[in-house]
Amino acid sequence: MPPSGAPGEPPLVVVGRIDSGLRLVAVDARAAALGLEPDLGLADARARVPNLAVAEADPERDAALLERLAGLCEFFTPLVALDAPDGLVLDVTGCAHLFGGEAGLRGRALARLSRLGLQTRAAVAATPDATRAFARFGDGGVIAPGDDEALARALPIAALEAPAATALALARAGLRSLGDLADRPSRVLSARFGAPLVVRLGRILGREDTRVTPLRAPPDCLAERHFPEPMTQTEAIEGVIEDLVRSVATTLKGRGLGGRRFEATLFRVDGVVRRLAVETGGPAREVASVIRLFRLRLDTLADPIDVGCGFDAVRLAVPETEPMAPLQHGLDGRGVEETDMADLVDRLVTRFGRERVLRFVARDTHHPVRAAIAVPATVAVARRPWPEPEPGNPPTRPLRLFEPPQPIETLAEVPDGPPLRFRWRRVLHEIARAEGPERIAPEWWRDGESEPTRDYYRIEDAEGRRFWVFREGFYGESAERPHWYLHGLFA
Amino acid sequence: MSEDPSASRRSRMGVSLPQLRGLLEAASAATLPDATPRPAPGFGLAVLDDTLLPGTLHELQAVREADGAALAGFALGAAQRLAGGRAIVWVRQDFLDAEGGRVHPPGLAEIGLDPAAVTLVRTRDVMGVLQAGLEAARCRAVGVVLIEPWGETRALDLTASRRLLLAAHGSGATVILGRIAPPPGPSAAETRWRVSAAPSRPEPANAPGAPAFRVELLRRRGGAPGGTWCVEWNRDRNRFEERGDLAGATLSRAVVPLPADRSALPGTGRAAVRRTG
Repeated sequence: MPPSGAPGEPPLVVVGRIDSGLRLVAVDARAAALGLEPDLGLADARARVPNLAVAEADPERDAALLERLAGLCEFFTPLVALDAPDGLVLDVTGCAHLFGGEAGLRGRALARLSRLGLQTRAAVAATPDATRAFARFGDGGVIAPGDDEALARALPIAALEAPAATALALARAGLRSLGDLADRPSRVLSARFGAPLVVRLGRILGREDTRVTPLRAPPDCLAERHFPEPMTQTEAIEGVIEDLVRSVATTLKGRGLGGRRFEATLFRVDGVVRRLAVETGGPAREVASVIRLFRLRLDTLADPIDVGCGFDAVRLAVPETEPMAPLQHGLDGRGVEETDMADLVDRLVTRFGRERVLRFVARDTHHPVRAAIAVPATVAVARRPWPEPEPGNPPTRPLRLFEPPQPIETLAEVPDGPPLRFRWRRVLHEIARAEGPERIAPEWWRDGESEPTRDYYRIEDAEGRRFWVFREGFYGESAERPHWYLHGLFA
Repeated sequence: MSEDPSASRRSRMGVSLPQLRGLLEAASAATLPDATPRPAPGFGLAVLDDTLLPGTLHELQAVREADGAALAGFALGAAQRLAGGRAIVWVRQDFLDAEGGRVHPPGLAEIGLDPAAVTLVRTRDVMGVLQAGLEAARCRAVGVVLIEPWGETRALDLTASRRLLLAAHGSGATVILGRIAPPPGPSAAETRWRVSAAPSRPEPANAPGAPAFRVELLRRRGGAPGGTWCVEWNRDRNRFEERGDLAGATLSRAVVPLPADRSALPGTGRAAVRRTG
């Protein structure tokens, strides 16, 4: 809900364009008291209340805010689900005792959100649907276990959030509360209003439970620490992260797992949530190397951590894990070398990003550009053997490749032969040796049939530089002369 | 939390956990390979064997951008021998891809280098190149670090090269710095070479032959003054071979012979000074 202004300020409404007309989307408490409600036309609203403060609806930013708030609520439980467009569902099973019971947790959550200037309603109940109904259509609060059904019966029919036609029909039938509806046989209800209504009713009454789908999948392994007083020193926070890494590593070891990704979440008192993540190329649980990655991450942050008024909780999650057998180093030190190399790759990835630390993978194609791809070094891919060069022959593929190929001007002796000389980047090269053509047909199943055939030549200029050039298409194929391109450079 | 159980265990077994840990650490330290002694590379050419030593910093230069591929070819040939089966980390600045072409892995395989042994690190700027190069040079598992910055590299000063040298000494990795037309300046490199393409020995029907390079030893720390060699990379035997015929053939040309002070080549007036100092 939008924050409402001080007593002297005009009532606030949020408008959006609905069916080519400006209509109210949301109203604040004072506007509601004056009888304004959503779906009213803006012109009508202005006619009733002349001094309206009008703001335009921005669903995208609302969604972004909701997501931010979800991150903030992860302070209380890792299972937070979005209830778009303006709700959050927290699965607090087993978490409440950390915050002084369910009432205490609810109070702290409300306090945290109100500090951001938000007006919120909150309820704690047995099922997600009941919680939603109590928060939106009841008085909220904590519904004690066992009281669910009794209290839910008192909720109005609107809590079903059924289509307008259904709601109207129910009202005409004299059904005012969920209790009235619950007393009817469900077979009759589903025959008249459809099965979804009955399902929803059952969920609100707590007869059927559903799982929430959290925004972030619950991690395999997790450790967190809440502080009685906000922590304001970066070194202390680093220390806490180290402790958490240690504790997570112990858990991982016990389960025979290693983490591929470690995520530290820092919760600041004023609701700002900061996430730091490090990735590893293989399953890892070596405390020292994970801590080293986190230090590197902290050192290379584009915007350093702003301690502000302090952090009051830190959580370390391992969202991606893989089986990892205990490692025994061979006496020749090969194993050590492999882990050292993996650590180096992880450090480089942490510093430069995974798209910048690459390994080459061969592909089964004759297309020169597609013959190899560079994949992030942290990604495990099946190794395919590289084509064996023929003994005694000079290299047939260049060391460097231009993509796209660079156009050159050529002079050829005979139409189908290699060029005599060519000009590339304003420099004229006289050809001393040449070999070709090597005809490479396009991959029609990928490129389509219009892609011309290429005749490749290996050529060497008078100074000994070796080039890979090709002619696109044939002479006489069209009125235009075929174009020549330089595609690569040999050593 | 773990203190109490370990104390009780200590009383039972007579050995404390820290003691055991110490023993383990000592044992694992003993199995670690020693960083410094690495086998001589065996380039197949005495001068290269004497100068291109592992575990230190070498600088390769190309006078012109067009010789960048020759530089890379020579560097990769050397890297393959120097790596001794260890990993090769190749750090390149992004801009090189547009300017000099991107790395073509089948081409690596064609000169006898396993592309799977290469880890490519792409960075945006010179500082990134240096950081990544340094990080890799400090790693004991790395055999060769190939560093290719682009353009006017003021950041690559004496301090930066000394850092690389120290990292190489510490880990035993060989660092090869490839630069195109660098501005003259001091460097901590053990050796400094100028590499350019040389005409190959023609195959039948006048086809271009195996990669050939003209390498000039510009400077060698505490060593004899340089010279120029024409070498050919023999992929099948995995080594460089001297091309006496080529040296003779090219000397008869007008452009190749170098005066003693190399004043005829553009931008080399200072190189001669640098060699003495």
